[in-house]
This record gives sequence, structure tokens and C-alpha cells, in this order.
Amino acid sequence: MSLLEVKDLGKRFGGLRAVANVSFTVAAGSIKALIGPNGAGKTTLFNLIFGALTPDSGQVWFDGEQTDGWKPHQVAAAGMARTFQHIRLFPKMSVLENIAVGRHVHSRAGFLSSMFGLPWTRREQRAVREKALEIMRFLGVEGLAEVEATSLAYGQQRIVELGRALACEPKLLLLDEPAAGLNMRETSEMAKLIARIRDTGVTVLLVEHDMTLVMNISDEVLVLSYGEKIADDKPLAIQKHPEVIKVYLGEDDA
Amino acid sequence: MGRWRHLPIVALALAVIAVHLLTTVAGKPQYLTQLTMAGYYSLVIVGLTLLMGYTGQISLGHAGFFAIGGYTSGLLTTYNLYPRNGQLLVSLLQACGLLLAGKDMYGADLLLVRPWAACGVALLVTIGIAYLVGKPVLKLRGHYLAMATLGFGTIVYKVVLGSSLVGAADGISDIPAFPLFAGLAVTGKSALRTQNYYVAWGLVLGAMALLTNLIRSRVGRALRAIHGAEDAANAMGVDTGRYKLQMFVLSAALAALGGVFLTHYNGGIGPSEASVMKSVRYVAIVAVGGMANLWGALVMGVLLNFLCLRGSFGSYDDAVFGLILLAIMLFAPDGLLRAEFVRRLPGLRRRLPQRRVP
Repeated sequence: MSLLEVKDLGKRFGGLRAVANVSFTVAAGSIKALIGPNGAGKTTLFNLIFGALTPDSGQVWFDGEQTDGWKPHQVAAAGMARTFQHIRLFPKMSVLENIAVGRHVHSRAGFLSSMFGLPWTRREQRAVREKALEIMRFLGVEGLAEVEATSLAYGQQRIVELGRALACEPKLLLLDEPAAGLNMRETSEMAKLIARIRDTGVTVLLVEHDMTLVMNISDEVLVLSYGEKIADDKPLAIQKHPEVIKVYLGEDDA
Repeated sequence: MGRWRHLPIVALALAVIAVHLLTTVAGKPQYLTQLTMAGYYSLVIVGLTLLMGYTGQISLGHAGFFAIGGYTSGLLTTYNLYPRNGQLLVSLLQACGLLLAGKDMYGADLLLVRPWAACGVALLVTIGIAYLVGKPVLKLRGHYLAMATLGFGTIVYKVVLGSSLVGAADGISDIPAFPLFAGLAVTGKSALRTQNYYVAWGLVLGAMALLTNLIRSRVGRALRAIHGAEDAANAMGVDTGRYKLQMFVLSAALAALGGVFLTHYNGGIGPSEASVMKSVRYVAIVAVGGMANLWGALVMGVLLNFLCLRGSFGSYDDAVFGLILLAIMLFAPDGLLRAEFVRRLPGLRRRLPQRRVP
């Protein structure tokens, strides 16, 4: 049963075909990796799926609903969460507050009820705090609750951003280069963490350049080149795929 | 922590009483007049602090909202409907009890809108205009938003300056008192000076209580997230467009509330209240207070407005506020009351936690 289905998705930027008729599915409970050389259209594809960009053609089906053309906050409310290639934590906010923003779709206090500090909004606030702390314990960063998030070391910022996405309790988690900028030890920890997240029942779609991470944890790998899908298969098959080898190593070496 | 939630509000209430006692002891009760006016300006400032400092959306048009509130209420409570008596709309208003019949000093018949009704209309009109302006304009960012709101402020200024209906360059005068309840009215009469001081600061206290609740809430967190990284906030499910618009309308309504009350307190309003320099002044005060610092903006707002209204800056007050804005941006972009600025002062220099880069 596929949780996400992308059908003939296309996007142009002026004369550039960033994404061209890409179709694929992500099975519920699996990890799917999206790889390809720089400029292959991976992040564009992410942005199309998440609603940050509107596709020129094609459809996105998520959890039984057609979500292309939706705004990111609507997609988030439907059960999708994401991280960013360039970390986008909220500055001047603590780690706890950053993760608490991820609870937005699961809480409902508005302007008036908040201004009057109605008792239920305070109960809701406590519940948000508890859930955020629970996520921090899951990630092993509970000691950083009151630290300003953007003052952390890079690797820790990646974890906090992941925590913020997990706070949405998503059905589908989109990770845009989760290991970018991490050292080898941090990368292997990130791989374990992503596998653990999948084991809690979250489906994962990730863009990544670190092939060890991709091949170790992915159930399926989708390869993009110049906006087109050139392969979509199990990791072992991808490693032997002639087209993929050509794209990654160049024509002469193939 | 929850138990001490109300502590700052209680402290502010005590400070308001202490200032009153101080002026009495010092034998300067006339200071209460400027403190009352400063209180009404504070309503604009605290609303703008939430919009600018917390949500990160600049407005160079808030004097416009202040003026729309003040002018609407001023016009409705001075415009004589008696000659139109019998017309459908006038009869309807009268039937609803919204009109007040009386005689002017020459004995001519007057038929005016009651102040509370005028106040309600002024707030609704401002909210409507803020919604219509904010909806398209808040899609813009940074300089573009600043320029668009500046354009709005300029329009309001030029309209009130050019309309004979609202007295053109003279503005509206002889605006009646705003009776709140028996024996208490918003008016500049010195007999009611102390009472009016408490009316103004009661409103400020109310606004501060609501706004401090707001910034601690789910909405406040979402607003700060919008300031920090709008796309990420949107990806976390925050309807960023709607939140920015709601905050814009709320701050405009607070500005209009200040405008209505100050207009009735002064008994008049002129086009200078709508001028762009007034908007710049509000922005400067929010910046001096520390942008995302509600209490800092309140304190600096009262202090600067009080000095300005006492005439401490002579006729150079616009220049002073321009200078303040320039100096703050250069030397203390986080405001004067921020720990970072104090630490940067010579002798107090301490190592700040360095931001680590990969």
C-alpha cells in the first residue's frame, strides 16, 4: 500500500526542465532514498511534494488525497513533515520552543483564546511541552531544552530539526540531506536514528549524497538525472544499474 | 512558573500607582496629563512591538491606523445630523439609541452619534481597513513591505490633510468627552485628570495582560517562528499568511483604540497624528525598546513620549527620533534594554557564547 504516489510530475524554471514527468510511489512504513548528481532536481521534487512549489503538470497523492497545489501548512496538517537541506531552525528560540512549533498542527489555541489565557490553552501548552520533551528524550538531546537552538553545533542542529519534524507526528517524513555537513560518526548515528524512526511506523523519503547511508537503510532508491527518473529499484540493483553508474562515474568509466 | 504569570502585570499596576503618588508628592500633578497621553500612545507601541519585534513584519503606516481611529470617532461625535433628521439612516440610528440630541452654545439643535457608538464604529472601520490593506501587502517582505505600508500611511495623511470634512490642516476640534460611566469621562478637564490617568493606564494594563498571554502561547510561538524562518514555520503547519494578517489587524485595532481615546481626551485631532514621522517615531520606539521586547518598548515609549510631550526636545522632536533610530540601528540593534548591549559596554565585556560553524 503506497502512502505517497507521484504521477508524471513536472516543473520548469524558465527554459530549464527541473523535474520532468517523474512518477514513483513510496510504500507505507518504508524508507525511500532519492539520489542524483547536483542539480538533478531532488530538492525541487521535494518542494513540489510539500507544496512549497506548484507543479506545472502531474499529480501528488498523499494518504488518499490529491495534495498538489496545496500550501505547505495544509500538507503539514495532512500528516507530512520535512527538514531542510540548509538547516532552517528558528533563531532566538530554545531547542524546546523549536520542537514545540512542530506541535502546531496538533494543538488549536488561536489569538483570542490565547490572549485571554483560557484554562484549556494552558493545559494544551503543558501537553505540548511534555510531547516536545518526550521527543527530545527519544533523540537523546533532553539536556539541551533551554539552549538557543541556533547556537548548537551543526550536528546537534540537524538532530533538533529532525525533532521538530517528528513533533508533527508525521505519517511521511521528508529529509533533505539529513547527513550533509556531518562527520562519519555523526552520519552513522543519523542512519541509525532514521531507521529507528521508520521502526516507529513513520514512512521516510530522503534526499542524500552519502551512499553508505543510502544503501544501508533504504528499502528503495530512486535516481534522478537532469530532472528525469533513470532508475527506481532496491539498493543492490541500483548499484549495478548501468545508467546509474554512467551518471555517477561518467561515460568513459562505465 | 505558572503561578508567577501575572507578576509583571501586578508590578506594572503598582508602578502606575507609584508614579501617581510620586507626582502628587512632588507637587507636579500636571505631569499626569502627559503620562495619560503617553499611555494612549503606548497602545500603538505595544501592538506594533508584537507585529514588528515578534512577527518580524515592519509597518511604517501605524500612525495611519491611529488617525483613522481618532478621526472616525472625532468626526462622528461632532458631525451634526440634525439637518438630516428624518432621513431613513438617521432615524434608524436614533431608533437604535446611537444618537444623542442636544444644543450647542448658541442654542441650535444638535444630533450627534454617541461616543461609545462612535468608538465602536472607529474600531470596526480600522479593522476593516487593516484587513483590506494587510491582505495584499503582507505578501511582501522587508523593504517592499516597509515601502507599501509607508504608501498607506502617506495616503491617510494626505486624505485627512486635504478633506474639508475633517477640517483639512486644522483637524477636528471641540470633540466631546467620552462618558464611560457615571461621573467618569475621557476628557482633558483638569478636575478629572487623575481619573483619566487611571483610565489610560487601565487600558494599557489590559492590553499588556492580553499581549503577554499571547506571546507565551501557541500563537506567540508561531509568530516568532514566522519571524525566524517563515518557510520553516509554514512547513510546520503554521498558516503564515493568516497569522501575519491577524497580527497586523490586532496591532491596527490597538493603534485605533489609542487614537480614539486620545482624541476624546485632547478634545481634538489634527493631521500631524497621521504623519509619516509619527509612524517613524513608533518604529524608533519599538527599536529602542529591543524589538522583541514588549516591556522594553513600553518603558521606552512612555519615557520618550513623556519627554517629547513635556517639550524636552523643543521643536526638534522628529529629528531626535530620527537620530535615535539611526543610533540604535548602528550601535544597539537589539535595543537599549537588552543584556547583550549592556555586556558590550566597556568594562562589562564578557565572552558571549560563540556561534559554532561546521
